[in-house]
Amino acid sequence: MAVAVLKVVAAGPLITVQNAGRFGHMRYGVPASGPMDRLAFAAAQVMIANRAAAAAIEVSLGGLVLECVEGEVSYAQAGGGFAGGWHVATLRAGDRLRVQAGTWGSWCYLAFAGDLARPKWLDSFATHAISGLGGGAVRTGDVLRIENAEVRSAREGSYDAPPQPDQTAPVLVTPSPQGRHFADDAADVFLGSTYKLTDAFDRMGVRLDGPSVGLNEALGIPSEPIVRGSVQVAGDGVPTVLLADHQTTGGYPKIATVLSCETDRVAQMRSGAQVSFQAVTPEAAVAYARTVAEARVSFLDACAAPRASLDEKLMQMNLISGAVAGSENWSRELANFGLRNFTRE
Amino acid sequence: MMKATSVGEGAVLFQLGEVADEQTHAAICALDEAIAAADINGVVEVVPALINLLVAFDPIQTDHGAVTAAVQALKPDVAAIRTPQVHRVPVCYDPELCPDLLEVAKLTNQSVDAVIAAHLGSEMRVEMYGFSPGYAYLRGLPQSIHLPRKPAAVRDIPKGSIIISGAQSLITTLTMPTGWWVIGRSGFDVIESDAPDPFVFKVGDRVVYERISRAELGV
Repeated sequence: MAVAVLKVVAAGPLITVQNAGRFGHMRYGVPASGPMDRLAFAAAQVMIANRAAAAAIEVSLGGLVLECVEGEVSYAQAGGGFAGGWHVATLRAGDRLRVQAGTWGSWCYLAFAGDLARPKWLDSFATHAISGLGGGAVRTGDVLRIENAEVRSAREGSYDAPPQPDQTAPVLVTPSPQGRHFADDAADVFLGSTYKLTDAFDRMGVRLDGPSVGLNEALGIPSEPIVRGSVQVAGDGVPTVLLADHQTTGGYPKIATVLSCETDRVAQMRSGAQVSFQAVTPEAAVAYARTVAEARVSFLDACAAPRASLDEKLMQMNLISGAVAGSENWSRELANFGLRNFTRE
Repeated sequence: MMKATSVGEGAVLFQLGEVADEQTHAAICALDEAIAAADINGVVEVVPALINLLVAFDPIQTDHGAVTAAVQALKPDVAAIRTPQVHRVPVCYDPELCPDLLEVAKLTNQSVDAVIAAHLGSEMRVEMYGFSPGYAYLRGLPQSIHLPRKPAAVRDIPKGSIIISGAQSLITTLTMPTGWWVIGRSGFDVIESDAPDPFVFKVGDRVVYERISRAELGV
């Protein structure tokens, strides 16, 4: 059995092992967790030709540096506009892989051609970040073991990332189930204002900054179920959009629910980005979710397509070789490919 | 007819009452069981809470209207809810492990022994999970030990703490900050980590407490 061993040379905060999600346990306080950007995660798995249940590493804005210390393994990188673009390449002993934030996006996925040896909980690698249940956090000094490691040269090359979502397009929501807990103008304030994402941003959710939404009563409401995308309003009137590791129930009233299929886009925004919201009917929400799902299927089909000819592939490799380099010739390669910007360490 | 509200593109929230009382909760449990038995197209999971219940569905397969109609057509029978299991949870009231026991006694004008006796005399109902995996909210504390939560949370309350606020109590599953009052410690695990279905309490179950010594707790 081929094994590849990767040392975590440097890891930013909030980096975890994830799979597609742990579904069906919300009644026991367990959100699905899984990727903050589900499309990028799925693309990474499809690009490397993994099974749907496979684990991947979710890399935050903090970035990740891995060093292959044993064996060889192909990997896929996909997520936002992270440096090096979406690509598949192979790491061999001595190679370093540096995953760093690029032009846009907050989360990026690394999927390996093999089995990442990390614990499962409830038959899932998805990490619930606060409890650490699941595959767990990835920290500096960790050693990652990839079992059944393979080199999948046929998958190597660069891949088209989806374009950066239009940041000015309002995020679609369904209106609050708890209208009576809010002041009369609360929905107008929320839907008519532009908010800023704060740096209180983790896998649980992101707190917004902007006009406060008036609550009718300071008293809590009986706790009720929460979903990925719930927009809850704390006593200070500040909305928070809940994301992959959301609590499953909570006592703060909710002004709206961001469509689940819109939460990937919200998650990929960065602190300081502006966001506004637009209400849609439940019928429009379902129709939109179906359109998004269809587009995702076509996009993933394109990721799965057989790769280019050898000549074309060599050319693609030139474009991405800055992302993987033997540790000794790292700087030279970066100089060659004009990627000096990415070398800050 | 119970009120139904669409939540996002993939859920409907059904409201069964205005306040978190036993009658409303029984109605929620009955509806929960009826939905589980009905096998409604596209429904992926159900989350019972205090006055309402969320039905999550796959928007590719169905929609709010179809799910709402299917749920509202059910005939949940409160009289036929499964018999709740009774769980016996051991609690150690050693003052070193229960930093708030004395304060709770003071604030409720009684002795520490009276607080412990009131706690031991309560029969709790598992009303919902939330906050974090295995975090089961239990309701049923006697009025004599009801207190609002503290003005500010206290950090690093260890896993296994028995915490109370109002009529509710919890056995914590993580070391975490809490604004609730810490009046006991237990080695009881709500999550049996190795089991295929590791959550010991089902919503609707009952919990009673049994006093143990510090030596028995082994902490």
